[in-house]
Amino acid sequence: MSSIVCKDLCKTFQQGEEIITGLDHVSIEIEAGDFVCLSGPSGSGKTTLLNAMGGLDTPDSGQIQVGDTRVDQLGKGPLADMRLHKIGFVFQAYNLIPVLTARENVEFVMQVRGEPAQERSHRSHDILKEVGLEGMEDRRPAQLSGGQQQRVAVARAIVSQPALVLADEPTANLDSVTATQLMDLFVELNQHHNITFVIATHDTRVMAYAKRLIKMRDGKIISDEKQQHPSTVVS
Amino acid sequence: MSGLPLKAILMLAWRNLWRNHRRTLIMLAAITVGVWAMIFMTALMRGMVDDMLLNGIRGLPGEVQIHHPDYRDDPNVNNSMPAPHDALLSAMRVPEVTAWTSRVRVPAVISSERDSRGVVLLGVEPQSEVKVSFDLETIIEGRFLEDSSDRGLVIGAKMADRLETDLGKRVVVMSQDPDNNIADRGFRIVGVYKAKLASLEETYIYGGRETVQKMLKLGNSVSEVAISGGDYRNVDRWLGGIQQAAGNDVETLPWYEIDTYLGSMLAMMDGFVLVWIIIVFLALSFGLVNTLVMAVFERVREIGLMQALGMRPSTILYQILMESLLLLLIGLALGNAIAVGTIIPLQGGIDISVVAEGMEMMGTSSMLYPALKLNDMILANLIVIILGLLTSILPAWRAASYNPIEALNKT
Ligand SMILES: Nc1ncnc2c1ncn2[C@@H]1O[C@H](COP(=O)(O)OP(=O)(O)O)[C@@H](O)[C@H]1O
Ligand SMILES: [Mg+2]
Repeated sequence: MSSIVCKDLCKTFQQGEEIITGLDHVSIEIEAGDFVCLSGPSGSGKTTLLNAMGGLDTPDSGQIQVGDTRVDQLGKGPLADMRLHKIGFVFQAYNLIPVLTARENVEFVMQVRGEPAQERSHRSHDILKEVGLEGMEDRRPAQLSGGQQQRVAVARAIVSQPALVLADEPTANLDSVTATQLMDLFVELNQHHNITFVIATHDTRVMAYAKRLIKMRDGKIISDEKQQHPSTVVS
Repeated sequence: MSGLPLKAILMLAWRNLWRNHRRTLIMLAAITVGVWAMIFMTALMRGMVDDMLLNGIRGLPGEVQIHHPDYRDDPNVNNSMPAPHDALLSAMRVPEVTAWTSRVRVPAVISSERDSRGVVLLGVEPQSEVKVSFDLETIIEGRFLEDSSDRGLVIGAKMADRLETDLGKRVVVMSQDPDNNIADRGFRIVGVYKAKLASLEETYIYGGRETVQKMLKLGNSVSEVAISGGDYRNVDRWLGGIQQAAGNDVETLPWYEIDTYLGSMLAMMDGFVLVWIIIVFLALSFGLVNTLVMAVFERVREIGLMQALGMRPSTILYQILMESLLLLLIGLALGNAIAVGTIIPLQGGIDISVVAEGMEMMGTSSMLYPALKLNDMILANLIVIILGLLTSILPAWRAASYNPIEALNKT
């Protein structure tokens, strides 16, 4: 079963007089449980594609299906619900709510979903420990380093084990040790919980982990290959 | 509402509120001062109007009056009514009625050897009259009447001046009897009073009821029965019983129908309070909207983030409104507390004699007693909350309608 099916996606942006191509007839199918890297130079359309898959931005034309849901046909409210219940997001830059502590940020989405308090605190504690933030649960984002903030964001994205995690440059602000730890965590979640990962990155360390590596340029997919021996964690 | 329970929304709203201490404190101060101004000024205005009304009613006097149906159009001696009968007497014995009196009240001319003046001659029962209207402390010379057969006359100080007469001197009072004959009688001036309002001193002269009845050949008849219940606002509670007992041969009216000017003044005051509260609120609302717009503007990215994570726009709207509500409630609590705290010490009265000179014509006296009314406070609070939330909808709506991607990428 395919987790994501995109057909003929086009998206342009208008910037003043100029019309910029974000996506140029992109078609792609991603299997459930896959671990996909979108790579390519800055401006190649990775974020635009990720946003379209996540229902954050509507393409000008084309179809997107996530699970059984036609994302391109949903209204604002149902889209919000789909993001809430099915997808874990890690954004490129601004990821955390500044007035909430690390733990509260992780619990926030669970809270919006209406999960019981005990479950929330239990799971947020475990997941923060898993991303290596034990003892920092009660710090606010401003009291955390960039890498730590990113790990909180990852913890939030995976805490409820969504079917799909969309991560945009998750290692951009991380040193290589932390980046490796994070990728190991992703791989483990992918293997043991069958969570589908789609990661946009131009970080070669990340690409090494991908089961499938898609290269983009100027809004088009220029190559798409399965990797035989992705880096894996021994668990 | 999708998701976030009230507790979490309150917590978010509270923390966001204190993110910018300075702005929140300034806004709180503005709301507090605004609410204080609403309540404090309203209490002062109420106090002033209360005073005018009370003086006006005092000049009537009696909050409910019973007359011959034609008396008010033509207050002559023919339009008299019989003394209160048993049914009326027992109706006036209810606890709400604190005092009543009956009097003869006719136009007359008073003459000294120097001058004559048109006046209103009141034939009163001194014991009950002092409970309904006459303030014994206003007697500055001599005494008030002793009983209803007292043969003396009490006049105002201004009137004594005009007539160039004095305590102990004799004057002649002239009016008409029911047969349209001249009825006159000599009186000795036994007392001089000084009214709060100078014009009253020149209008009313007081004689004993029986003496005046004899002079006018009225028998037992009187011009009016005046009834007082203490609080002029609550007249309607006991008016009905009196009206029923008095019967249809007479006209039983509350003060606001007898003096429609006073009645409309009270109504106007209610409107005025509302307008004042709204004006203060309008001044406030600019600050409130500005605060919220700024607060929302500063948070564009996290609002985008919340939406991107799956928080519905309605929840965002709800959250911003809650923030505004918190701010309003704290401001209201402080404003109310300070208003009550500043009004209570002034309840003994504020001496405004310096500025009161010119205002006496309007019927105010030289002490101002602020009147804190629960209804006014409730009105002010409701207006601030309801209009406050309404004005907050705009910035909140703006926040809720952000496109999450654009909001997230704002720098
Ligand atoms: N909101 C926008 N307005 C204008 N141009 C945009 C917008 N978002 C993306 N673009 C443009 O679309 C192209 C693809 O951008 P993006 O998907 O962010 O690339 P990547 O994530 O691969 O760096 C770029 O040329 C970028 O400048
Ligand atoms: Mg990007």
